[in-house]
Amino acid sequence: MSTQASSLTNTTIGKKMVMAVSGLVLFGFVIGHMLGNLQVFLGPDAINGYSHTLHATPVLIWGARSVLLVAIVAHATTAISLARLNRAARPVAYAVKKDIATDYAAKTMFWSGLTIALYIAYHLAHLTFGMTKGLGYQHLPFDANGLPDVYHNLVQSFRVPWCTALYVVAQGALSMHLYHGAWSLFQTLGVNHKRYNETLRSSAVAVAMAVCVGFLAVPLAVLFGVVK
Amino acid sequence: MKFKLNVWRQENAKSAGRFEKYDIDGITSGHSFLEMLDVLNEKLVMQGKDPIAFDHDCREGICGSCSLVVNGRAHGPQEAATTCQLHMRKFRDGEEINVEPWRAGAFPVIRDLAVDRSSLDRIIQAGGYVSVRTGAVAEANAIPISKDVADRAMDAAACIGCGACVAACPNASAMLFTAAKVRHLNLLPQGQPERDMRTIKMVEQMDAEGFGACSNHLECEAACPKQISADFIGELNRDLATAMLRARGASGNASAGG
Repeated sequence: MSTQASSLTNTTIGKKMVMAVSGLVLFGFVIGHMLGNLQVFLGPDAINGYSHTLHATPVLIWGARSVLLVAIVAHATTAISLARLNRAARPVAYAVKKDIATDYAAKTMFWSGLTIALYIAYHLAHLTFGMTKGLGYQHLPFDANGLPDVYHNLVQSFRVPWCTALYVVAQGALSMHLYHGAWSLFQTLGVNHKRYNETLRSSAVAVAMAVCVGFLAVPLAVLFGVVK
Repeated sequence: MKFKLNVWRQENAKSAGRFEKYDIDGITSGHSFLEMLDVLNEKLVMQGKDPIAFDHDCREGICGSCSLVVNGRAHGPQEAATTCQLHMRKFRDGEEINVEPWRAGAFPVIRDLAVDRSSLDRIIQAGGYVSVRTGAVAEANAIPISKDVADRAMDAAACIGCGACVAACPNASAMLFTAAKVRHLNLLPQGQPERDMRTIKMVEQMDAEGFGACSNHLECEAACPKQISADFIGELNRDLATAMLRARGASGNASAGG
């Protein structure tokens, strides 16, 4: 038994736990990223200074990047392996099948995840690597104080309608993904109890929605000229 | 009452199936769904045609034999009931009714609407037992069990093994079945000696049978005729993680891992 027992991740439940733990890491990152973005309301110095602090501390930025990279790779590869397994488990589809308990978010986890993955690739190219050719503005690596000019790049990007449109679509996918995932991960990790299940589920949904609102606040602020 | 039936017909596991349409008349609101199929089968036999094969036994909702997906729902539109407990009064007169077998790779079709569910039996065989002393029956109160635990174990033990959870699951996962069977015994003092081994072996057997993974859609819980809670799935996940950790610790001490 010892050879079998040493491989939790070989079981479907173990694979789901990989999804849950890596998902939790990415969820944590998303909250951090949102709080970072919201500093745009404190003005250019705050957000540019924040970016500078991150970049000036290699342990911080490269530590975070390595953890995120591991989490993304684990999340994506396990998702693909589970999706294949689930597809193979029902070779002949139902002609008529009604859903009773599940919802759109739960059924489209793979596709919302894929949408987010594609957006991340574009997002890195756009802002991290500064590829802004054809967007009608100049990507500025640094501001007048020599700090990374996050503020300028962010505000200019949100003035490009299709950049904002892509951002909104990605946020839609992200909130749907979290709507199911933020609750689901607790059930998968066995953190459940009859007495707290309702609270756990509604808090997970509330946090997911808060993330959505937090991220969408920035382009709205640019649109209405609150942030210039 | 009159109905238009759209029934899945399939010769055997290897042949391709297809839907056949049947018109049936003279059904009363008091007919059960299976009795309605009996009436149809008698007619088919009289016409010299093959009757529709479907599983049934007790016809009172306790054996877990009946297994029809009726209008896209495992066991049909009635909540907390098996197909045999479903009556035709739940349908509109003249309604078109779609009837399919449980669909899962781990449940190959035997014929028409009857599927082979021995994969569930093999999960039970892998660890769904307790060690007992043979001989005289032990005194009933020799092992005290709190009411909370007894009730909870009974809730899990209500599973009749029909497989509606698998049929309803978008991933054809058998997690609710396995969770109910594992937790039923893991909750009780009698189940403690084999607890970790049971959890690991039953999960491994479930995977080996080719069921899908759980995505927490909760369709299983909604379809279960015995209303078994998906909370048991979370508890199974927890039991498996702790069982694997303990087994790993044990093997690590004995043979330095592996």
